[in-house]
Amino acid sequence: MSVKIKVENLNAWYGRNQVLKDINLEIEANKVTAIIGPSGCGKSTFIRCLNRLHEVVPGARVRGHVWVDGQDLYAPGVDPTEVRHRIGMVFQKPNPFPTMSIFENVAVGVRIHGLKPGVKLEEIVERSLRMAALWEEVSDRLYTSGVSLSGGQQQRLCIARALAVEPEVLLLDEPCASLDPISTLKIEDLLVELKKNYTIVIVTHNMQQAARVSDYTAFLLDGELVEYGPTPEIFTRPRDKRTEDYITGRFG
Amino acid sequence: MNKGRDTFFLQITRLAALSIVFIIIVMAHELFRGSELAFSRFGLGFLTGSEWDPVHGKFGSWPLIYGTLVSSLVALALAVPLSLGVAIFLAELAPPWLREPLSFLVELLAAIPSVVYGLWGLFVLVPWLRDVVQPLLGKTLGFLPLFQGPPLGVGMLAAGMVLAIMILPIITAVSREVLLAVPQSQREAMLALGATRWETIRRAVLPYGRSGIIGAIILGLGRALGETMAVTMVIGNRPQVSASLFDLGQTIASVIANEFSEGFDELHLSALIASALLLFIITFSVNIIARLLVWKVSISQGVSRD
Ligand SMILES: Nc1ncnc2c1ncn2[C@@H]1O[C@H](COP(=O)(O)OP(=O)(O)O)[C@@H](O)[C@H]1O
Ligand SMILES: [Mg+2]
Repeated sequence: MSVKIKVENLNAWYGRNQVLKDINLEIEANKVTAIIGPSGCGKSTFIRCLNRLHEVVPGARVRGHVWVDGQDLYAPGVDPTEVRHRIGMVFQKPNPFPTMSIFENVAVGVRIHGLKPGVKLEEIVERSLRMAALWEEVSDRLYTSGVSLSGGQQQRLCIARALAVEPEVLLLDEPCASLDPISTLKIEDLLVELKKNYTIVIVTHNMQQAARVSDYTAFLLDGELVEYGPTPEIFTRPRDKRTEDYITGRFG
Repeated sequence: MNKGRDTFFLQITRLAALSIVFIIIVMAHELFRGSELAFSRFGLGFLTGSEWDPVHGKFGSWPLIYGTLVSSLVALALAVPLSLGVAIFLAELAPPWLREPLSFLVELLAAIPSVVYGLWGLFVLVPWLRDVVQPLLGKTLGFLPLFQGPPLGVGMLAAGMVLAIMILPIITAVSREVLLAVPQSQREAMLALGATRWETIRRAVLPYGRSGIIGAIILGLGRALGETMAVTMVIGNRPQVSASLFDLGQTIASVIANEFSEGFDELHLSALIASALLLFIITFSVNIIARLLVWKVSISQGVSRD
């Protein structure tokens, strides 16, 4: 057991609208942590604070601390591009780069950060696509456009793209929201596989998904962390009435 | 009653729409008819002949075509980097309070009449080119054929520079629209890989808007090809083909403006109309290509916009 990310008194705003209120929680290394809660409760905002992507929205603001391996991401002088290099992200809607080939979609991050000496770009691309369980399906058409793939394949391409720059943490914001059930299962299997090497935080709208893939679950409501603990406990013995109402489908 | 009025308006607007088609057909017809004489006399030589000499009845329009294309290409070479820089700044980097006033200024450039550009070119740009820029270029890059010859001020370079300023607004405005239409999800995808703002622009935003930006550039080209007044005032009006940008030149549009009032011998008139037809064909095709590219971009964004 080791803590990978420690969130301390995290607050976030869009303009004057405060959407996260004093969040405190610790995320375990090499586990899958699910963030659940009704629409608009701040799930996306929360994980976007973990890779300093929240601040790219005009007028958005953050106060608080996010410690990753003991380093505060919000300390003065920390380079947000370096943070995003260490902490990868996959978005709700697959967003491959449409003018790039499948190969180039995966390679582009490596090109930005530079290739380590003695490593071949082709190897990184192949390894990333294999980790994303996509290699078998695309190995014979690496140089066709990334948008020619199906939605589920595009999302796995985005996972491969994130993995190619060798992050330590992988954030996923409802990665299956626009996918069919079979693609969803593929991605869930993949997450269980990936947690051997990565710390994973996944936002999901889908309670069954949280129960299936996650080790820990955090329940957010109106920007506040209502309850956080091991997934089996949250789902079988919630301590808070609001958590119980939510997971039994009484609201949201 | 209501229905009757509706049909009435429908007929009126339909008539208005049809009249556009009618005008284009009439114009094309007139141009073809008027240029018959010149083409039957010179044949293909009208396009390839390098002598345009109304006094001796020789009409080869190659120097005009050359002047039209070269002055426009010089304009593009100068205007494209500048316009793209301004568009990127406006769409991606400028603080919100600066965007509106700056965009307004750029659009204001488009509202200045071309004769004013011509005057400015003649009284400000030309002396500066003659006394400063051309001597300097001659000294440093004079080994290139492009920058050889006496510094006259007026000429191809002056025309290209005036045109560059004139097409800057359209290229900037359209490129800015194209960049603003790039979905935020594309920028975030690149930022999330650890890219800087500049890398995000270069690797995600610009490639996404690529064909729209090409469309913007071609729209600018279309405008440069047909511009008359300002070019006539600074290009020197000598129909010749010279490798040097310091030399005088002539374009199709400005030869027509200059010579239409000169004499009325039939062949001269027909040659002018024939060169008008050439210009019509060139700008028409350039504009169609531009529209198609911009249209293609807006279609693809319609589906994948986030
Ligand atoms: N770009 C934005 N600008 C302003 N308000 C936003 C923006 N994105 C989200 N919000 C607001 O912040 C709150 C939390 O949103 P979000 O984090 O996206 O919730 P969730 O992912 O749980 O659905 C919502 O009330 C939403 O309206
Ligand atoms: Mg969300």
